[in-house]
Amino acid sequence: MDYITAITIFVLAIFIGFEVITKVPSTLHTPLMSGSNAISGITLVGALLAGSGFWGGLFGFLAIVFATLNVVGGFLVTHRMLAMFKKK
Amino acid sequence: MIDNLKNVLLFAAEGPLMVPPQELAEQISTAVSTAAGPSAATNFGYLVAAVLFIMGIKGMTHPRTAVRGNLLGALGMLIAVLVVLGGEQVNWWLAILGMLAGSAGGVWLANKIQMTQMPQLVALFNGFGGIASVLVAGAEVLRESAPDSDVSVAGFAAGLTGLIGSVTFTGSLIAAGKLHELPQFKKSWSFSGQQWVSTALLVVSLILCWEMTDGSGGEYFLLVMVAFALGVLLVSPIGGADMPVVIALLNSYSGLAAAAAGFVIDNNVLIIAGSLVGASGLILTNIMCKAMNRSLANVLFAKFEASGPAADADEVYAGKIKKTSADEVAMMLDGVQRVVIVPGYGLAVAQAQHVVRELADLLEASGVTVEYAIHPVAGRMPGHMNVLLAEADVPYDQLKEMDEINPTFSQCDMAIVIGANDVVNPVANTDPTSPIAGMPILNVSEARTVVVIKRSLSPGFAGIPNPLFAADNCLMLFGDGKQALVELVAAFKEN
Repeated sequence: MDYITAITIFVLAIFIGFEVITKVPSTLHTPLMSGSNAISGITLVGALLAGSGFWGGLFGFLAIVFATLNVVGGFLVTHRMLAMFKKK
Repeated sequence: MIDNLKNVLLFAAEGPLMVPPQELAEQISTAVSTAAGPSAATNFGYLVAAVLFIMGIKGMTHPRTAVRGNLLGALGMLIAVLVVLGGEQVNWWLAILGMLAGSAGGVWLANKIQMTQMPQLVALFNGFGGIASVLVAGAEVLRESAPDSDVSVAGFAAGLTGLIGSVTFTGSLIAAGKLHELPQFKKSWSFSGQQWVSTALLVVSLILCWEMTDGSGGEYFLLVMVAFALGVLLVSPIGGADMPVVIALLNSYSGLAAAAAGFVIDNNVLIIAGSLVGASGLILTNIMCKAMNRSLANVLFAKFEASGPAADADEVYAGKIKKTSADEVAMMLDGVQRVVIVPGYGLAVAQAQHVVRELADLLEASGVTVEYAIHPVAGRMPGHMNVLLAEADVPYDQLKEMDEINPTFSQCDMAIVIGANDVVNPVANTDPTSPIAGMPILNVSEARTVVVIKRSLSPGFAGIPNPLFAADNCLMLFGDGKQALVELVAAFKEN
C-alpha cells in the first residue's frame, strides 16, 4: 500500500471521528472512553499477524495478551456501565 | 484507485460539517477496499469491521442506542479477528493461548471493578493498548525481511509507535496508580527541573525516530526505554484533580499508537480504528481543559498555584455563615416545586449516591421536580459522575449538563450542593486574579435557597475560600455527606 493512501485514510478517519464524537453527550463520556479504548485494542489484529523467530513470537504473544485484555475488558465494562443508564 | 481517492478528497473538501458521517464512511470504504496490501477478501472484512466501529461510536450519541452501539463495536472487533484467523498466516497456538489469557484477565477486571474505580481501570486498559502496539511494532522491527518497499516511512512509523505507545504505557500505569491512591504515590515524585529532563528525553526520542528511517531498526529498543522514562516523568507531577485531562489524553495516545502500528504493518483497520480513538481522546481532552479554563500545556507542565494573599478565609466567612439542621432543611423542602442537586466527587467518596436518589424519590413522590446539575469535572474522568448516579438508578433524563441547567437556576427553589466546592465558587466569575478565574461554574447562587452539605469550611482543591457559603441565601449543613442525607431523608419522612 502506498503511504499517501494510508495517510489519506488516516486523515479522513480523524474527520469522521470528530464528526461523530462531538455529538456524544457528556452523560456518556465515560462509556465513550472505555468503549473507544476497547476499539483501540484493534492492535490485536497486528499482534496476531506479528511474530517470526523467538523474539518476534514472544513479542507477538505478549501483544496478543495485552490487546485482548484491552478489547474484552473494555467492551465488557462498557456494557456493564451502559446497562445502568435508564430512563424514568 | 486514483479516481476513488479523488472522490474522497472532494467529499472532504466540502467541509466536515456538511458531510454526513455515513456518506464519508462509504467513500472511505471504497478507497480502503481498493487499496493494495492484504488480500481483497481480508481487506473487505476489515472494511466491515471499520464501518461497525463507526456505527458503534455513533450509537453512543444517545443513551437509548448506546448499548447497541457498544455491541456493534464488539462485533466489528470479532469480525476483524476472525478475518485474520481465517485468511492469514497465524501461529495458532500463540493466538489461542494469548487470547484465552487476555480474555480471562479482561472478564475478571471488568466484573470486579467498582464504578468509582472506573478511571483507573480505563487508564490501565489504555496502558495495555499502548504496550500492545509497542510490541507489535517491535516484532515487525525484528522481522528479518522487511515486507514493504518503502523502508524509511515504515521505520519512522515504527519509531512513532514505539514513542507514543511507550509513553502511553508508563504514563497510564502511573495515572492508574495515582487514581487508585497507592501508597507509593502519596508523596509527589516531581523534582526541580523535571520539565527540562522531560523535554530532553522527548528530543532524544524524536531524534531516534528519525534515525529509524534508515530501516535497520537498531534504535527501536533504546527508543522504547527512553519513552518509558518520558511517560513516567510526564505524568508523575500531575495532581489528582487534573487526572481527567491526563486520562483523556492517554486515551487519545493509545489510539494514535494503534494507528501508527497500522502504518508499520500496512493495515487499514488499525489506521481507521486508531484514528477514531485518537480523535475521541483529543475531543475529550479539549472539553476537560475548557471546563477547567486551562490550556493543555498548563495542565501538563505548570504547577497549579494555590493563591496567596487574596485568600483570607476569615474575612470572607466572618459572621456570615448560617448553619442549618436536617430538620430545618426538611421543613423548607415541604412546599418547594423545583430542586436541583449538585453532586461533587465528595458525594461518590462518601458513597452517598443511593441516599441522594432516595431523597429525590421522596421529593418526586410529593410532586417536586428534581434535577441533577453535573459539572464536566465533577468526577475523576469525563462523564464519571453520570455513571455513578446511573449506578444508583438515577434516570439519565434527570442528569443535566452545565450549559443546559445554568440558565434555569433562577427558577429553582432549592439547590442542594453535596461534596462540591470549586465548581460552585462565584469567585471564578468575579475575581480575575483568582486561580480559578474564568472557569465555568454552576450558578447555584441564583437559586432561591442554597443548601451546602459539607464537613467543614475547608477549601477545595483550588485552596481558596468560597464566598457562596457566606451568601444571604446560603445555608450550611455541616456533617458527613451520607450521614447528613440520611438524617435529611428521615426528617422529610416525618413531616
